[in-house]
Amino acid sequence: MSLISMMGALEIGLIFALVALGVLISFRLLNFPDLTADGSFPLGGAVAATLIVSGHNPWLACLIASGAGAGAGWVTAWLNVRLGILQLLASILVMIALYSINLRIMGAPNVALIGMPTVFAPFVDAAADNGWLIQPLLLAVIVVAAKLLLDAFLSSEAGLALRATGANPRMARAQGISTDRMTLAGMALSNGLIALAGALYVQTQGGADISMGIGTIVVGLAAVIIGETLLPPRSLWLITLATVLGALLYRLLIALALNADFIGLQAQDLNLITAVLVGLALILPRLKSRFGKRTGGTPR
Amino acid sequence: MMRADNLFKTFNPGTPLENPVLRGLSLTIESGQFLTVIGSNGAGKSTFLNAISGDVTPDSGSLFIDQQDVTRLASWQRAGLVARVFQDPLAGTCEGLTIEENLALAMQRGQRRGLSRAVKAAQREAFRDKLATLKLGLENRLGDRMGLLSGGQRQAVSLLMASLQPSRLLLLDEHTAALDPKTAAFVLELTDRIISENKLTALMVTHSMRQALDHGQRTVMLHQGRVVLDVSGEQRARMDVPDLLAMFEKTRGEQLDDDALLLG
Repeated sequence: MSLISMMGALEIGLIFALVALGVLISFRLLNFPDLTADGSFPLGGAVAATLIVSGHNPWLACLIASGAGAGAGWVTAWLNVRLGILQLLASILVMIALYSINLRIMGAPNVALIGMPTVFAPFVDAAADNGWLIQPLLLAVIVVAAKLLLDAFLSSEAGLALRATGANPRMARAQGISTDRMTLAGMALSNGLIALAGALYVQTQGGADISMGIGTIVVGLAAVIIGETLLPPRSLWLITLATVLGALLYRLLIALALNADFIGLQAQDLNLITAVLVGLALILPRLKSRFGKRTGGTPR
Repeated sequence: MMRADNLFKTFNPGTPLENPVLRGLSLTIESGQFLTVIGSNGAGKSTFLNAISGDVTPDSGSLFIDQQDVTRLASWQRAGLVARVFQDPLAGTCEGLTIEENLALAMQRGQRRGLSRAVKAAQREAFRDKLATLKLGLENRLGDRMGLLSGGQRQAVSLLMASLQPSRLLLLDEHTAALDPKTAAFVLELTDRIISENKLTALMVTHSMRQALDHGQRTVMLHQGRVVLDVSGEQRARMDVPDLLAMFEKTRGEQLDDDALLLG
């Protein structure tokens, strides 16, 4: 695998690290199985691409895109906590509704961003052709900032209330925490991060496409699960770190699998590889405890 | 002060499973009083407790805590007034969070939660001192996950958590029922101490007549969703389990046939 294709894998890995952090909030911290991601990721992309094409600042476009994603997550949570629709079903409803909404926003199945200003454009020197290096670097800065901010939030009073809401809602209510409000806020945060990832994704890929969201949730979950096998969940910052590393490792493994000629895998085998990787990550802890003699890990 | 007026609650109304649990329950607890509640299965003890905490909304009747009408408030809205220890040791704490995080959650019961750090350095010292009073060695395990603690340790921490913030009423829901006799005795002793030290108004539901008479200043018995016995002071001090039984049979004209109540 060449350096440039590896940097490409890292670039997508970093973008999906944001998705994975969002999935961590919904699935793991709030205990809310949420498939909205498949709609909020392209929603972020659609909003950002449309705004950039109509001449708005790309950073502002990212911000508004996150806000739109947060709105989508809020609606999913609202359907659940206020109307009592099952979590999974509520998120599926929002996900399919977003498909139409995204088409409306873009006005077409795809929007091209070639030659448009992006958040990366000011740093990239066209003559030196250094985009392959600059884009992952800037993304790394964004991901590290997001991770640190999330760590700070989750160890704050409100963040602790959010974690208690997912861990033991009855106890949380007895402590005066409105679990409904925390779920609404947490789901907005989660999908805001995922939409931000979508907004950055379209700027690295040169455009938005209506089908870009398919499988987002699977990739996010894969990253979270791989991260959990990678590092013991001893503390909060380790959990978020593991999630980011999980996303990176996942994309690198995919790139390796697709690039290794001797295996004979091609781009269309992507989803098969994903399924195998996630399956492996899920059974790895069990294999570890069976064959290794207590090689670390926390007791369940 | 807590006042319940004529509470009614029926589960599954209009179905074959219709179950009238509270049938006109009225009870007043004065400030500073430690009340014990007994009753056989289905007497309405848990439903009454859940109505006070806000987990169950009564069909009719009203509930006041210190002149404030809380009948329709959600449980999280009245958490500032009511502290609670659950029967299940797993229910009162978050096992995935650390001991200090659980204490920090309870430290802010009923208050606004902002963006400042949840566990502050100064608080940590206070937590350590409080945990040391339990004499369980937990003061050196602030960063341990709650899930690593035994049921008795968790109930002890739950009690401590309930006393971190002032409350108008402390609810104890058979909080020793899931513990072995020795641990139960320790937790009960701790309960007495915390209630008297903090001069708390408390309501303890128990399954055991012995416990009900040995703790607190007043005992009421629930039967078919109403208060059927209410003893306190001199009369209660001279009472033993058989006396309580005899009194029940006299007022109700029926035999009590719940072994658990008699054996406990």
